[in-house]
Amino acid sequence: MNRRLFFVAAAAFAAMLGVGPGVQAAEPMKVSASFSILGDMVKQVGGGRVEVFTFVGPNGDAHVYEPTPADAKELSESKILFINGLGLEGWMTRLEKSSGFKGTVVTATKGITPRKMVENEKTVTDPHAWQDLGNGKIYVTNIRDALIAADPAGKVTYEANAQKFLDAIAQMETTVKQAVAKLPPERRKIITTHDAFGYFGAAYGIEFIAPEGVSTESEASAKDVAKIITQIKKEKIPAVFLENVTDSRLLEQISRETGAKIGGTLFSDALSPPDGPAGTYLDMFRNNIETMSAALSS
Amino acid sequence: MIHAIIDPFVDFAFMRRALVGCFALSLGAPPVGVFLVLRRLSLMGDAMSHAILPGAAIGFLVAGLSVPAMSFGGFIAGIAVVLLAGAVTRSTMLREDASLAAFYLVSLALGVMIVSVKGSSIDLLHVLFGTVLALDDAALILIAAIATLTMLILAIIYRPLVLECFDPNFLSSVSRLSTPTHFLFLVLVVLNLVGGFQALGTLMVVGIMLLPAITARFWAQDISNMIVVAVAAAFASSFIGLLVSYYANLPSGPAIILTAGAGYLVSMLIGVQGGLLWQFMPRRHLEA
Repeated sequence: MNRRLFFVAAAAFAAMLGVGPGVQAAEPMKVSASFSILGDMVKQVGGGRVEVFTFVGPNGDAHVYEPTPADAKELSESKILFINGLGLEGWMTRLEKSSGFKGTVVTATKGITPRKMVENEKTVTDPHAWQDLGNGKIYVTNIRDALIAADPAGKVTYEANAQKFLDAIAQMETTVKQAVAKLPPERRKIITTHDAFGYFGAAYGIEFIAPEGVSTESEASAKDVAKIITQIKKEKIPAVFLENVTDSRLLEQISRETGAKIGGTLFSDALSPPDGPAGTYLDMFRNNIETMSAALSS
Repeated sequence: MIHAIIDPFVDFAFMRRALVGCFALSLGAPPVGVFLVLRRLSLMGDAMSHAILPGAAIGFLVAGLSVPAMSFGGFIAGIAVVLLAGAVTRSTMLREDASLAAFYLVSLALGVMIVSVKGSSIDLLHVLFGTVLALDDAALILIAAIATLTMLILAIIYRPLVLECFDPNFLSSVSRLSTPTHFLFLVLVVLNLVGGFQALGTLMVVGIMLLPAITARFWAQDISNMIVVAVAAAFASSFIGLLVSYYANLPSGPAIILTAGAGYLVSMLIGVQGGLLWQFMPRRHLEA
C-alpha cells in the first residue's frame, strides 16, 4: 500500500518534470561580461532573456583585477563571455583557462578600427573604444548577433532591444556633438589621470592629455608631470578632471600648481553604482559631457 | 650643468615638494635603519612594512583616501604587531624573529584580504605604492613631524640604544631601561615606515630606511659617523633619484631607491671599511 503510494507520487513527480522544457524557456540565459560598461550594454540588448554577470563592478578598474573563485564559478556556468578585447582585460585569459569555460568568447570590439598611440617609444593599442558612441553602436550589434546565435528563439526580442538602444545612442551622439560645438574651440582641452578618452577626443574634437598611459598600471614619472604642468600653463588649459577609477592625488597636485581648477569626476573605465550619476552606458556619456561643458564653458 | 640640476626644482612646485618630503624622510629613516642593521634586524623593516598594510587598508575603507586616516591605521597595526610579537617573545620560548614573522604574515594576509574585498573600488594596492610626486601639505607636515620626533627620541635614547645594540645582556643587568628602549625604538621603526609609505609606498619606504644605512657601514666605523653618512647617502639618493626620474622619464619612487641601491654597490666596491677593492689591493703590513 505504502509502496503503491510511492509509485503514484513518483509518477506524478515525473509528470511534473515532463513540463520542464516549457518552464526552462522562461529561465534567463546566463552570460558574463568583463566590466561594468560592457555588462550594461549586454543587459540593454538582452533584456529579460539574459542574466548578466559582471566581473569588474562599478568604479572598478578593468586594467588590473584579481578574479575570485566565485568569478570562475560564474564564468563556467555562462554560455557567452563578452570581453572588450584590444588588450584591456589582461587577466581574463588565465581566468578563462582555469574556470573550464566552454561557451563562446565574444569580442565586443570586433570590426572597430583600434587607435594606436605611442607610449614610451612603443606603439600600444588603446582599448577604451567605448568612449566613442559610434563604436558603441558596433558593440551593440556584436552583442546582438552573439545573443541571437546562442539563443535563436529570442531573435525578435534581441533585435527590438538592440534597435531601441541604437536609436538612443544615436540621440546621445547628437547631444554630445551639440554640447561640444557650444564650447569655444580654444578651450576644448582636458587633463585626465590616464589616457582613457582618446576615442572620445578623436570623435568629438576635444583634446585629452594624461600623465598616466592607457593602462592605469603605469606610474607617472617626474618628466611626464612636468610636461603636463608646462603645457597647462602655456596653453592656458582651464580644467583638470578626476576619474572614478584612479588615484586623484597626482591631479590635485597638478591643479594646485597650475591654478587649473578641478572640473569634476569623469567616468572612464567603469560605471558608477546604479544609484550614482553614471549607472548606465548612456548616463555615463550624459554625465561626462555635462561635467565637461560646465567646466569648459565658464 | 648647474642649471640642469637646479631648474627642475626651480620651475616646478611638485619637484620641490617631492624633494622636501624625501629630505625629511631621509633625516628620520636612515638613522633608524643604522640601528636596525647593527642589531641584525635589517629584514624586520621589510616585515613591518607589510604589517602596516591592514591598518592602512582599514583607514582607507573608513575615511577614503585620507592621509591621516591611513597613516593612523597603519601606525596602530604596526604597533599592534610589534607589541604582540614582543609579548609572545617574552612569555614563551619563541625567538623574536619567529613571532614577528608569524604576526606580520597574519597582518599582511589580513591586509590583502581587506584590499580584495573592497578591491572593486580604486585599487588600494596602487594607492599603497605611493606617489612622491603628489605630496600635499598634510603629507609633508606628517613626514616632517615624524622626522623631528624621530631625531628627538633617538637623541634621548641614544646611549641605552647603542648599548642594547652591542651588549643587550649587559644593559639589562645594569639598567631597567632595556625594555622601554627597545620598545621606543620599534615605535620609531613603525612611525618612519608609516611616514614614508604615502611618499614611496609600503615596499619602497624600507629602501630609504635601510639602503643608506647599509651603505654607511662601508664608510664609517662608529655609530655617529655611520648615521651622518647614512643621512647624506639618503639625501643624495633622493636628489639624484628625482633628477633621474625627471630626465630619464622613469617613475620616481623606484628611481630614488635604485639610486640608493647603486650607491650601495659602489660603496661595496670602494668603501674604505672592507670594500672589495681594498681586499684585493695589498696594503703595507703593519710594522712595529
